[in-house]
Amino acid sequence: MKPLLDVKRLGVRFPTRTGTIEAVRGISFTLGRERLGIVGESGSGKSQTGRAIMGLTPANAEVSADRLEFDGIDLMKAPPRLRRDLRGKRIAMILQDPKYSLNPVMTIGRQIVEALRAHEAVGKAQARERALAMLEAVQIRDVNRVYDLYPHEVSGGMGQRAMIAMMLIAGPQLLIADEPTSALDVTVQLDILRILDRLVGESGMGLIFISHDLRLVSSFCDRVIVMYAGKIVEELPAAELARARHPYTRGLLDCMPRIGEQRHPLPVLDRKPEWAL
Amino acid sequence: MSVSETRTGAGRRRAPASVYASAALRFLGVVVVTYLGLLAVTFFIGRVIPIDPVLAIVGDRAPASVIAQARKEYGLDLPLYEQFVLYVKNALTGNFGRSVLSTNPVMADIARVFPATIELATLGTIIGAAVGVPLGVLAAVKRGSLVDQIVRVIGLVGYSVPIFWLGLIALLVFYARLGWTEGPGRIGIAYEFTFTPITGFYLLDAVLQRDWGAFRDIFGHIILPAALLGYFSLAYISRMTRSFMLAELSQEYIVAARAKGLSESRIIWLHALRNAAVPLVTVIALSYAGLLEGSVLTETVFAWPGLGLYITNSLQNADMNAVLGGTIVIGSVFIGINLLSDALYRMLDPRTRTR
Repeated sequence: MKPLLDVKRLGVRFPTRTGTIEAVRGISFTLGRERLGIVGESGSGKSQTGRAIMGLTPANAEVSADRLEFDGIDLMKAPPRLRRDLRGKRIAMILQDPKYSLNPVMTIGRQIVEALRAHEAVGKAQARERALAMLEAVQIRDVNRVYDLYPHEVSGGMGQRAMIAMMLIAGPQLLIADEPTSALDVTVQLDILRILDRLVGESGMGLIFISHDLRLVSSFCDRVIVMYAGKIVEELPAAELARARHPYTRGLLDCMPRIGEQRHPLPVLDRKPEWAL
Repeated sequence: MSVSETRTGAGRRRAPASVYASAALRFLGVVVVTYLGLLAVTFFIGRVIPIDPVLAIVGDRAPASVIAQARKEYGLDLPLYEQFVLYVKNALTGNFGRSVLSTNPVMADIARVFPATIELATLGTIIGAAVGVPLGVLAAVKRGSLVDQIVRVIGLVGYSVPIFWLGLIALLVFYARLGWTEGPGRIGIAYEFTFTPITGFYLLDAVLQRDWGAFRDIFGHIILPAALLGYFSLAYISRMTRSFMLAELSQEYIVAARAKGLSESRIIWLHALRNAAVPLVTVIALSYAGLLEGSVLTETVFAWPGLGLYITNSLQNADMNAVLGGTIVIGSVFIGINLLSDALYRMLDPRTRTR
């Protein structure tokens, strides 16, 4: 069976006055209807990988790939109009912080309805019904009230639920979650993960879960890719994380404290220049 | 305050009446304090400048007895604080005394010239915003491109070329050479004596009387100075629009809007501009307020009988009643416009509504 997403030697470069910055340097992976975690520190290129798949890299970025295929569609050759139609409809993305990723002057309901009506010719009343149902699906209780609220009037957890509702309402087959819980309180993080878990499981969509939190990713995903300086340094099933071989991954794992242990000071990451080669 | 209670109701919640009442009270307090400040400043200026108001009225050859009597009549022999109270009372009733120059009550003079300025400033601002905002949006979206450069140059020229020079050139080209527009003044000689102003806004008056000939003539007169003022405010409005739009377009919610698959035009005009409109309203309102002061140079070049020309003439003739009256009217307009833009700000940005 053909994979949902096939990425071969994907690169993202930013030409600047002082030289080219290579954010992503020839990474390859495939994704079926599974959960793939991409882990790495800031600047490792994990977010730019997600945005390149969405077609949302900044205007000055150069994207190259030997192959970038979504469900048999060559994304590198796809015209902008087709890529726009894919966005939201078949590939969706959840951003980090609902405080900034929701339009502050538009009610939550309108933003969800807008996402739906961009892809389906549904009437206003029906769109509202679908949006309310979606809000219920992300476990918002008082949906009629929340529908009419502005983003600043809801909590971070509520905002992120609205974000998920907005991105899933058109029924995408691939969801890219770019640090979806990093801006939230720890207690709320679990709620959001549970909701994501259920919705992804029910619809059977593919998920790319981008995070800097190795443990979170390994508990949530089937497979984990570890990125460092724009490259994949290790790829392994989440269950076998303990058997990671690359020193960077080992370092990430070792610097995590465990409850009940006495290690002072905790080891810090010792980055080696040869990893970036 | 039971704001949270009212929120639990279905649908859009409403704030209780007490919230509105306290907001209105605060609003009123701001108006009163600002207005008193304005009066205090104008009063102070009127007293410290080396112009004797009495002398200006009775002339420098009047005998001492007449001067003393006039001094008494105008309350100038009273202690300063009583004078101020009198001044405030007069200002509130719109009684600024008579103009030395025209011998009319200052208020009547202002009622005559101010509509001319308002009409010009309004049309100018409409032109400035209607052209400036789209240009600014375009420049922001096509940042760094030729379009951006062209908009930059258009703005720079509007901002730096003296407006009286542009006015003269415009008159020369569009009136004298091409004959596309009418010349200086508000209305042509053919209509001057048959046209009866009702509101003082000539365009509106012509519409009210269905006098389309006069309308065309008046429009021909106003379009050149209005376009000029519009160009001047366009320069500023387009620059500000560009920078507000750039700030909005780099926000995360724009990425989210793209991720939803929205069209670029919807993202720019509905999402980004709607957010940029919040600060933009203040910019446009202040530029409008600036034009309402009366643009002396434009009014001079186009022989436009407006407030700027009136105050300048009064100033040159030491007609202090007229100057102070005009200053207070302009100040009041400024306060009013500021409050209006505040209210609009609140309307446009939901974050400023709930407290």
